[in-house]
Amino acid sequence: MDVITLSRIQFASTTIFHFIFVPLSIGLVFLIALMETLYVVKGKEQYKKMAKFWGHLFLINFAVGVVTGILQEFQFGMNWSNYSRFVGDVFGAPLAVEALLAFFMESTFIGLWIFGWKRLSKKVHLMCIWLVSIGTIISAFWILVANSFMQYPVGFEINNGRAEMNDFLALITSGQVWVEFPHTVFGSLATGAFLITGVSAWKLLKKQDTAFFKKSFNIALIVAIISGFGIAFTGHAQSQFLVETQPMKMAAAEGLWEDSGDPAAWTLFANIDSDNQENSFEVNIPYILSYLSYSEFSGSVEGMKSIQAKYEELYGEGDYIPPVKTTFWSFRIMVFTGGLMILLGLYGAYLSKRKKLEQSSKYLKIMIWAISLPFIGSTAGWIMTEIGRQPWVVFGHMQTQDAVSPNVTAGQVLFSLISFSAIYLILAIVMAYLFVRVIKKGPVEEEKDVKLTTDPFGEEGYGSYAK
Amino acid sequence: MVLMLNEVWFILIAVLFVGFLFLEGFDFGVGMAMRFVAKTPGERRVLINTIGPVWDGNEVWLITAGGAMFAAFPNWYATLFSGLYMPLVIMLLLLIGRGVAFEFRSKLDNPKWRDTWDWTIFVSSLLNPFLWGVVFAALMAGLPIDSEMNIYASLFDYITPYTLIGAIAITLLCFLHGLFFITLKTTGDLQNRARETAKKVVYAVGIALVAFVVASYFYTDIFEVRGAVLIPIFALIVVAVIFARSFALKSRDGWAFTMTGLTIALTVTSVFVGLFPRVMVSSINHAFDLTIHNAASGPYSLKVMTIVAVTLIPFVLGYQIWSYYVFRKRVKEEEHLEY
Repeated sequence: MDVITLSRIQFASTTIFHFIFVPLSIGLVFLIALMETLYVVKGKEQYKKMAKFWGHLFLINFAVGVVTGILQEFQFGMNWSNYSRFVGDVFGAPLAVEALLAFFMESTFIGLWIFGWKRLSKKVHLMCIWLVSIGTIISAFWILVANSFMQYPVGFEINNGRAEMNDFLALITSGQVWVEFPHTVFGSLATGAFLITGVSAWKLLKKQDTAFFKKSFNIALIVAIISGFGIAFTGHAQSQFLVETQPMKMAAAEGLWEDSGDPAAWTLFANIDSDNQENSFEVNIPYILSYLSYSEFSGSVEGMKSIQAKYEELYGEGDYIPPVKTTFWSFRIMVFTGGLMILLGLYGAYLSKRKKLEQSSKYLKIMIWAISLPFIGSTAGWIMTEIGRQPWVVFGHMQTQDAVSPNVTAGQVLFSLISFSAIYLILAIVMAYLFVRVIKKGPVEEEKDVKLTTDPFGEEGYGSYAK
Repeated sequence: MVLMLNEVWFILIAVLFVGFLFLEGFDFGVGMAMRFVAKTPGERRVLINTIGPVWDGNEVWLITAGGAMFAAFPNWYATLFSGLYMPLVIMLLLLIGRGVAFEFRSKLDNPKWRDTWDWTIFVSSLLNPFLWGVVFAALMAGLPIDSEMNIYASLFDYITPYTLIGAIAITLLCFLHGLFFITLKTTGDLQNRARETAKKVVYAVGIALVAFVVASYFYTDIFEVRGAVLIPIFALIVVAVIFARSFALKSRDGWAFTMTGLTIALTVTSVFVGLFPRVMVSSINHAFDLTIHNAASGPYSLKVMTIVAVTLIPFVLGYQIWSYYVFRKRVKEEEHLEY
């Protein structure tokens, strides 16, 4: 395989893997902060125990998220040096701000949170976990500013053959950021919430620490429902923005070869034949595509063929149609998982309200499996977003094939691809194993206090006391 | 003299690397001490807890340096990271292993399991500063950068006698820095052993640093270009190492630690001073050198970034210092050590 293909595989695999841990971190730490807030406000030890128990899972997950993130940052320079040269002026800035504003905050305050239970007052300790939570969300914001630039480039001009920033404010107020960011954050909160409801469901089925896990379940369920609706509304806003700014991605996501009729029907299933540019079989729901695109039940949507013709005029000859099947099905998987999450959340609330939760073993079993829904949904969402943008890496300005490092050999990329995949596989196995262990062990009782010792930065370290 | 923003960012990146090697330098050193100083699993646990709350924050200095390079000097970032592909892959694999090892090692009560992760921490803590030594030395000695700013380097372009000397010097320096950190954060037998080891290692550090400076005279042009500034810095490095030794002999650990910190800061500074105004030297033709001008972002981008950095850095420094203050106490084995 050539460098470009291998680099694509490497980017896709490392990014997808990284993005398993990031949303879970964002969601879990937010819920842990909520639980610790309840502890500080209500003073009940149970909430502290909760923060600590879910904290164990969070920390295992956070560690993997952090280490896989370092590779994400370095990969642009290593595998995509032409891209880095072309957009570094614009794209590098949000990454640098992310490190300065978010990474320092997360890493410092997580250290304080883990080791600070006995060294800090309750309120200061609570502040630490909230700062970690805010840090993860700020981090998401800045990385999405960078990503949005690839989807919908604004705030720059082309000088000497490269993109140079000329309006920072435009970059961070870009419409793309403000549809992508809330959608991602709601998705992340749902990820954390579904992990907690799923694990709690498992423990409730086994009748272990019932009170503890019922409480956890209910707290997480509220977050799950709110974020479920959040995902749906922001997703809708995003698809409308998409129709305007990246119609080709939307058309591919709909498997729409020709311009649609007015009103446009939504294709539930289709057998896509990319070679002949047609669908041999479709199941359509009338009006819905018009609604998805314009929030009203009329209006036609452009198909891939006419957009291709437009793009050829605009950008010159070339194939501007992304992999249609991948885009089409990933979009459907995303929408389907999102809808399912809302239904499961609402049904759980109904059961909980009628105090039937513990008896509903079928529902609890489903909730264990439902842990995977947000992961599948967000992975599918990113695949649609990134594959749907192809052949562009920066929409309208640079194609992915021109972005690759010219001096890196296929052998080198293959070596790194194999070694990173191997280490990621090991991490995944170890993590799954540790998760199960921590969960099986359940919440633990407080350990005894031991008095801390002396201060090395006083007289001892700098004075003449020591012998 | 008015500093141009390109210069400001060059200095900022240098400061980030100084901060990274000063801070992560001692936690690399502590990682090396896991095999050289600690004898029992309990002692290894103590060593890890001396850096437990802070190592992650220390590593962010590197991540920020990478981000700042990307934003302020995209060509530097692109040339360096694609050109030194293999060492970077290995460095990243090591950092990944090390980062999760701290979290994973205590999660299973099984000696084999813990040993595996402890070895990961040790090997990574040893090889990381080593690779940074290779990178810094290679930056100064020059790499085959062509007219397109691309490096087509083979293994032996960056693994040379000179870069190996640099690598050994940086590794030993981090080890010594870590040993002094241990004397500050532990008590009793472990503390004494760290101090005794430091008293021996300090000689090796002195020899390695002098060898690095002498080799720089033969392998690089930094003396021709910046000799007037560098010679006093080198003199200060020698003085700092001598002071580190005498403080170690008197068991004034805080001062000894300060001296190794100073040595690291001065060593990294001299790398950047020797480069300036270049950021990478071409071994093919000096016309292809990357400088703070041809590698930089546009003035607007640099201005925005400067405002952001100047606003945020005081806060970052503030809470990082506070975190060191919260964990200023020594770590003992009798405390609860797992997390």
